[in-house]
Amino acid sequence: MITARSHFFTEEHEMFRAQVRNFVSREITPYIDQWEQEGLFPKSLYRRMGELGFLGIRYPEKYGGSGGDIWMTIAFCEELCRCRALGLPMSVLVHTDMSSTHIARYGTEEQRQQYLVPMIKGEKVCAIAVSEPAAGSDVAGIQTTAVRHGDTYVLNGAKIFITNSVHADVFCVAAKTDKDKGHRGISLFIVERDTPGFRLAKKLQKLGNHSSDTGELVFEEVRIPRHNLIGEEGKGFYYIMANFQDERLIAASLAVGAAQQALEDTLRYTRERRAFGKRLFDHQTVAHRLADMATELEAARQLTYYAADVLQRGGDCSTEVSMAKLFAAEVANRIAYHCLQLHGGYGYIQEFPIERFFRDIRLSPIGGGTSEIMREIIAKRGLDRE
Amino acid sequence: MKILVTVKRVPDPETTIRVKPDGSGIVTDNIKYVINPFDEIAIEEALRIKEKQGQGEVVLVSIGAKVASEQLRTGLAMGADRAILVLCDQELDSLGVARILAKIVEKEAPDLVLMGKQAIDDDANQAGQMLAALLNWPQATFASKVEFMDNYVQVVREVDGGLETVRFPLPGIITTDLRLNEPRYASLPGIMKARKKEIREIAVAELGIDTTPLLTVHKMDPPAKKAAGKKVESVQELVHLLHTEAKVI
Repeated sequence: MITARSHFFTEEHEMFRAQVRNFVSREITPYIDQWEQEGLFPKSLYRRMGELGFLGIRYPEKYGGSGGDIWMTIAFCEELCRCRALGLPMSVLVHTDMSSTHIARYGTEEQRQQYLVPMIKGEKVCAIAVSEPAAGSDVAGIQTTAVRHGDTYVLNGAKIFITNSVHADVFCVAAKTDKDKGHRGISLFIVERDTPGFRLAKKLQKLGNHSSDTGELVFEEVRIPRHNLIGEEGKGFYYIMANFQDERLIAASLAVGAAQQALEDTLRYTRERRAFGKRLFDHQTVAHRLADMATELEAARQLTYYAADVLQRGGDCSTEVSMAKLFAAEVANRIAYHCLQLHGGYGYIQEFPIERFFRDIRLSPIGGGTSEIMREIIAKRGLDRE
Repeated sequence: MKILVTVKRVPDPETTIRVKPDGSGIVTDNIKYVINPFDEIAIEEALRIKEKQGQGEVVLVSIGAKVASEQLRTGLAMGADRAILVLCDQELDSLGVARILAKIVEKEAPDLVLMGKQAIDDDANQAGQMLAALLNWPQATFASKVEFMDNYVQVVREVDGGLETVRFPLPGIITTDLRLNEPRYASLPGIMKARKKEIREIAVAELGIDTTPLLTVHKMDPPAKKAAGKKVESVQELVHLLHTEAKVI
């Protein structure tokens, strides 16, 4: 299948893409079935990726990063999806772009040296803990508290759906430092795995994304030093919101990358499989369905690139990014439905990668902001203004 | 030690190659190009030698159109120090390539030239040997192991039916076989650093040599289509057919 190369990608981006693709085909794809079954991939993979500079794409060179741009990150996302599973890519991107980012952006120099540097090397794994049993999209409604006593904060509460909860050494945890202030009362803290009172209550069994470790965390009288506060007290909500654009763009790009792989697999299948004396592809209804899917996917990809371009230029990109995430997630799910359908019975069994894609991609319109929240942002921020 | 490594731009072995209807060559539209895999092994070996010795320089050289700089840039991203691109639009045969390389060797005076044993596009397997002859240097082809001793280099060669160990004093030429090493990926910091590394361009005319091919390609034909295989029901049947039909056992 021919995919258009966008003018956003330079020779350097393409070189990086080729390296990631090569890495994925040699060091991830051969093992992904096993890791999916085990519900976890080896932590050593972080180190390996760290050596190759994959974990510090956009971080400053000073901390071991490469000072790359959003297009490097997008190439990375798209190529990781070539392993035909979304769990592993999600875990890695939570580490690189959804959690450690807070330490990189708002952390003190000491925090960056202590945490960010080993995270870029893959020696420490990072997670972000915001969602709670009673507060998901509604971040301001979290109930975990952090109360200051002199030089320490004491954390109490519970977190759910936390990616990397088994592997992570460091958690960026959102907690209320002022219960009366709503979203202005939220702060972000660094909590290390072995802190007394902090534990992984349960590893969650999910519909898909099995190679990614998702869990429920409990904080009982967890005492952390005052200097583990990230940035300023009361600013946590803004830090989280500020990172949403990156996070959602990555979600869009993963959806595009995974759908691309699924569509390529389906194309191959329909050109090999025969029914009623000809290739599946030679049945017009099949060919037209594939044409529709390829068209929708291209639209999702170009919208994602457009949003990335707006983000890269530094303007307010919340509308464009929300559109990209909404559209890519829904297109990818439609593609999953039709790709499975075209595989017939084979699409429903685990020997074919479409079955996994169908399960994994279902998270796309939920994680990192649901499709409903995306529509809300597009309507309120993009449409309802003079 | 200064090591010169040759880098040829070739079609990605994973692309489907189609021969032009008139047999004059292959269809080059939509083809992805990569470093000749044997040359990639040569780059890796050169980098390992430099790393092991703690010093030295790895210089890449390619011959071809300006686009070959993409492959040189990838080699630089793997860790090579600098590169030379001999700009040449005409078709070359192995002797032409060897003559150009001999000139570059004269200018650069490397201690060692590392080359892929052959390029996967035309599979000639001649340039290394011809270069050795032109320079009157020792050569070790099809290397599967390279070790440096006090005054010489020891190379284990993959030959028909076994291994052959040879030694020669530097300077010399080594061509690499598949099992010599597994090339590294270019890391992202490597890719970023490669941006600033030099690719010096030299027009082939400046070298003042005759590169008119003695060998010309007259026609290309795609390989004959394979007939469909046969499915057998049991091991017994397979053995029976191998014996009676294929006559291999």
